[in-house]
Amino acid sequence: MRFVFHIGRYFMFLNRVFKRPEKFKIFVKQFFKEAEKLGTNSVGIVVIISVFMGAVITLQTAYNLDMAFIPKYTIGLAARESVLLEFSSTIVGLIMAGKVGSNIASEIGSMKVTEQIDAIEIMGINSSSFLVLPKILALVFMMPLLTVISMGIGISGGWIAGFVSGEVPSTDYIYGIQYSFKPFYIVYSVIKSAVFGFLISSISSYQGYYVEGGSLEVGIASTKAVVVSSVQIILFNLLLTQLLLA
Amino acid sequence: MIEVRNVNKTFNKKQILFDVSAKFEAGQTNLIIGQSGHGKTVLLKSIVGLHSIDSGEIIYGNKVFSGMSFTDQKEIRQQIGMLFQGSALFDSLTVEENVKFPLDMFSNKSTEEKLDRVNFCLNRVNLENVNHLYPSEISGGMQKRVAIARAIALNPKYLFCDEPNSGLDPKTSIVIDNLIYEITKEYGITTIMNTHDMNSVMAIGEKIIYIHSGRKLWEGNKEDILVAKEKELNDFVFASELFKRIKRNV
Ligand SMILES: Nc1ncnc2c1ncn2[C@@H]1O[C@H](COP(=O)(O)OP(=O)(O)OP(=O)(O)O)[C@@H](O)[C@H]1O
Ligand SMILES: [Mg+2]
Repeated sequence: MRFVFHIGRYFMFLNRVFKRPEKFKIFVKQFFKEAEKLGTNSVGIVVIISVFMGAVITLQTAYNLDMAFIPKYTIGLAARESVLLEFSSTIVGLIMAGKVGSNIASEIGSMKVTEQIDAIEIMGINSSSFLVLPKILALVFMMPLLTVISMGIGISGGWIAGFVSGEVPSTDYIYGIQYSFKPFYIVYSVIKSAVFGFLISSISSYQGYYVEGGSLEVGIASTKAVVVSSVQIILFNLLLTQLLLA
Repeated sequence: MIEVRNVNKTFNKKQILFDVSAKFEAGQTNLIIGQSGHGKTVLLKSIVGLHSIDSGEIIYGNKVFSGMSFTDQKEIRQQIGMLFQGSALFDSLTVEENVKFPLDMFSNKSTEEKLDRVNFCLNRVNLENVNHLYPSEISGGMQKRVAIARAIALNPKYLFCDEPNSGLDPKTSIVIDNLIYEITKEYGITTIMNTHDMNSVMAIGEKIIYIHSGRKLWEGNKEDILVAKEKELNDFVFASELFKRIKRNV
């Protein structure tokens, strides 16, 4: 029953969020501020995670395919496919759910409990649209960028790990990552990451916006934001894979 | 003028306000008083439309405000300034940006004109050299004053104050009370203020309504309140030692 209640309220919330902004100039300013806060400031963590992700995928593939009749370049090929198809978008999604999701929920939640949202509303400004729309659009815009960065860094990480460990010769790896390359896989991941961006920002904003109480409840809301967005990312990952690749 | 007619309000099946009616005139400080938890904030937020009411009417001038859509309420809302119980300043913005916020959203003034207005409002509440500080960097009393400055930035016709001096020392409380009183007189604003501080009541209470358990038990002015007969009101008014002594003397 709670589930049905939340779904209903979530869609009503979105209906209020997607309204024309009060002042376009201010909206544009907020959009870039959020893009920087939510996106640009997350490049560091995405880079670190991606290097190691690529390295681990390459090494594990190398150890598992350590047979004479399998050519070495297949390792590069396998690493590329894993990173492009699955790891970059999903891992970046989950990382961002943790980093940005809790940030959004606690920011909006504390504005709620300290009556800052009431203060916006009282002026006749639609507070949900004013606060949330720039966040959603900024994250939907930034997530694909982060994912593409992650792809590049992940594949490079694999290459470095391959030749440093001596498991995969550089020329084989580079041949492998170019072998029967399908550009659609990048498009597919970019679509997925945009959807993840929407899920993270809208779910976390929703959690923050309906906080009642004090700082304790804000903490609970931000934990919920991370958990619910992560679960939704996993669910939609499956759904989109069926839809786009089947 | 603001009129409240037979307002009822329920939260999760618990009724908070019972058939409250009152009239609040322009150019005077109207006080809503009562014990903690008896529904003052709920009443104030119902009047400004932050809570939707179950039944009854809220009337601004000659317009029925309750029941209007959010879009229709906009015109009236832009004439409302509100001071919240906890100041409610935007903590990601500086003092100057806080006061400028309503101007940015609703006026077509140039940046210079807006800054002039911001400085005028900050001056009016006796704040100087705090423009570039954040709310967390100034004292509670200063935050209240910034909140007043923000509330009057757009020259409101209606001013709402929810316990403007809770948590402040007696001297600062008087400063805030006087400020609200002066602004009300200067601009002929309809001011409604919540308080449980009898000092404020005696200082600036031109019209007072007493709320007890969500019902309006009494209304009158600050002279009447000392000689009122109602037991609950008496218990409230003469709760402090100071006022008990006053009672013995009158
Ligand atoms: N959003 C809400 N949801 C449910 N109950 C609420 C809500 N807001 C207030 N109440 C309840 O309404 C009652 C009156 O609260 P209100 O905040 O109006 O008191 P108050 O007179 O302003 O007290 P104080 O002087 O402490 O500020 C309380 O019992 C409170 O629990
Ligand atoms: Mg209150």
